[in-house]
Amino acid sequence: MDAFETHTGVAAPLHRSAVDTDQIIPAVYLKRVTKSGFDDALFANWRQDPDFVLNRPEFARASVLVAGPDFGTGSSREHAVWALRDFGFRVVLSTKFADIFRGNAGKQGLVTGVVSEADLESIWAAIDARPGTTMTVDLRARTATVDGDAERGIAPLQVSFDIDDYTRWRLLEGLDDIGLTLRNADRIADFEARREAWRPRTLPVPAESTP
Amino acid sequence: MSTIDPDGIPARPRTLAEKVWDDHLVVKGEDGQPDLIYIDLHLVHEVTSPQAFDGLRAEGRPVRRLDLTIATEDHNTPTWDIDKPIADLTSRTQIETLRRNAAEFGVRLHSLGDKEQGIVHVVGPQLGLTMPGITVVCGDSHTSTHGAFGAMAFGIGTSEVEHVLATQTLPLKPFKTMAISVEGELKPGVTAKDIILAVIAKIGTNGGQGYVLEFRGSAIRALSMEGRMTICNMSIEAGARAGMVAPDETTFAYVKGKPHAPRGQDWDDAVAYWRTLPSDEGAVYDAEVFLDANALEPFVTWGTNPGQGVSLSDVVPAPEDFADPNERAAAERALEYMDLVPGTRLKDVPVDAVFMGSCTNSRIEDLRAFASLIEGRTKAEGVRVMVVPGSARVRLEAEAEGLDKVFLDFGAEWRFAGCSMCLGMNPDQLAPGERCASTSNRNFEGRQGKGGRTHLVSPLVAAATAVLGRLASPSDLPAREKVEA
Repeated sequence: MDAFETHTGVAAPLHRSAVDTDQIIPAVYLKRVTKSGFDDALFANWRQDPDFVLNRPEFARASVLVAGPDFGTGSSREHAVWALRDFGFRVVLSTKFADIFRGNAGKQGLVTGVVSEADLESIWAAIDARPGTTMTVDLRARTATVDGDAERGIAPLQVSFDIDDYTRWRLLEGLDDIGLTLRNADRIADFEARREAWRPRTLPVPAESTP
Repeated sequence: MSTIDPDGIPARPRTLAEKVWDDHLVVKGEDGQPDLIYIDLHLVHEVTSPQAFDGLRAEGRPVRRLDLTIATEDHNTPTWDIDKPIADLTSRTQIETLRRNAAEFGVRLHSLGDKEQGIVHVVGPQLGLTMPGITVVCGDSHTSTHGAFGAMAFGIGTSEVEHVLATQTLPLKPFKTMAISVEGELKPGVTAKDIILAVIAKIGTNGGQGYVLEFRGSAIRALSMEGRMTICNMSIEAGARAGMVAPDETTFAYVKGKPHAPRGQDWDDAVAYWRTLPSDEGAVYDAEVFLDANALEPFVTWGTNPGQGVSLSDVVPAPEDFADPNERAAAERALEYMDLVPGTRLKDVPVDAVFMGSCTNSRIEDLRAFASLIEGRTKAEGVRVMVVPGSARVRLEAEAEGLDKVFLDFGAEWRFAGCSMCLGMNPDQLAPGERCASTSNRNFEGRQGKGGRTHLVSPLVAAATAVLGRLASPSDLPAREKVEA
């Protein structure tokens, strides 16, 4: 995983709440056995509407998604994160994320920043007023800034966001979870040595379950 | 969650969830680091595993505990013509990839056509692998189903699937706990599915976020294991990581004698431990919710998330009924998608299809409940009814009881096991605009097929709806044409 420090890119407003992972990527696109190439699947049903935000030319290269509350509910499919990433998103801001989605995002280098309701409204207003404007996300400082426009006398709008310390640290360092866990290989082996005999085992296959 | 003092004695009364967590602690996280939790059982299926096996291969890592891992094919599998090659090429590739990975790494796999094949959350319990006091994970959000046994069970993403395959552990932040107390007695025709739909409508699709829900109270104690599985299954639809029910005699009786259930001394040791699991007197939950079972009626969803539900005797709500602007906007969108007019009696809504199946409601008791209402009655003209058992074993069991004849006489399609029309990854899909009463778990836009409209209901409501051709509760059914055998 690449380390994440700051990112600047076009911010796209998604004025919807409770965006479930079936909308982020419909099930028919889950049949691939690779981890990339899901960009066409992102919001596939909604993108059939020519007015859908990501179909507008200003947002074709968007990399910061600013979404309504309860983003990523439903199915555990990590493909939702892969689809967002393959489209080009590096950051999603919302007032609330579903647990599994947030966990999956953290494993794939996609930053999920939690902003307040008031700040979400302010960001939406700022990017709706100037479609195609960029935002700068600073993970170390936990700030997201709608970039200003000096020529037109528009000041930047900076808000802070929440992300848990551990995920932030891993993203900043670009650390791989499995590698971190295997530093504790001895403790895992100790735990296994203490496990009770009654706990389930899938092997050997019982005679009655043999095909 | 709770801390344990150096002698392993609980420092304070603990909840069921805290006890299971504490007993799986490999490394206690410090300075904001997550705990490292041991995983007793890892269930694998074809959709969320190919990239995880690729990851292992790239790093040259083996599966750490083949004896704690089991795979089955469910999401993509056809429910017709299962002896023929899978027609959809991408589905076939995904299934073949699982078969190749299982063979290469040595993972036990139950393939299409095998008698243990079926929906992963039906297979674990029926094999007796799911038991109290264990941790269960699977790359599928409905892993929460297994919490019905007093296990801690939750869905994970593909990166975590790879992590568990490689290490048999997961780094996790402790969850908060929420008690959901359901007291009283359900009226006839009201079931576990109605309880959980009512809970989700009450706390919302993200009301459980960050929590493990513990379902308790007299109405939960009175449920069978299958009813408890239905409830825990849909905990994820309230945004919760897991749902749990404390193990009791009902649980022990269900597990005992299953193929992988402990035997002899192991059984005695297990039961002695399992009896220590229920939440201690005085254990503190981070949140509590109460539901009166006596007041519950058959429930139905009208919208496009599982929280948008009401009693079946109600009318379709209006967006103005919602104070929260986000909920109002969501209701407006949902009504448009569902093609429903506020004020319409839900019982006046006609359906095109009835889907009886999914990991929520496809076990033998669900099929029996469905059959009990349709037997001796005639299917509504023009309504397509699909009955899809949760596993090959459930199918065999139903046939041994003659339920297949009831379904076929009624005019329903009696199919082979799999996830089927719950999510339509196989050919079992709604056509655009079709409306379905479904015993599944998600009414999201397009979930059962692009443009399809889903109303989530119990097996009994599904059966009554199949008879009348419109959303209906069991009490709406006229007397039978012929006397029950």
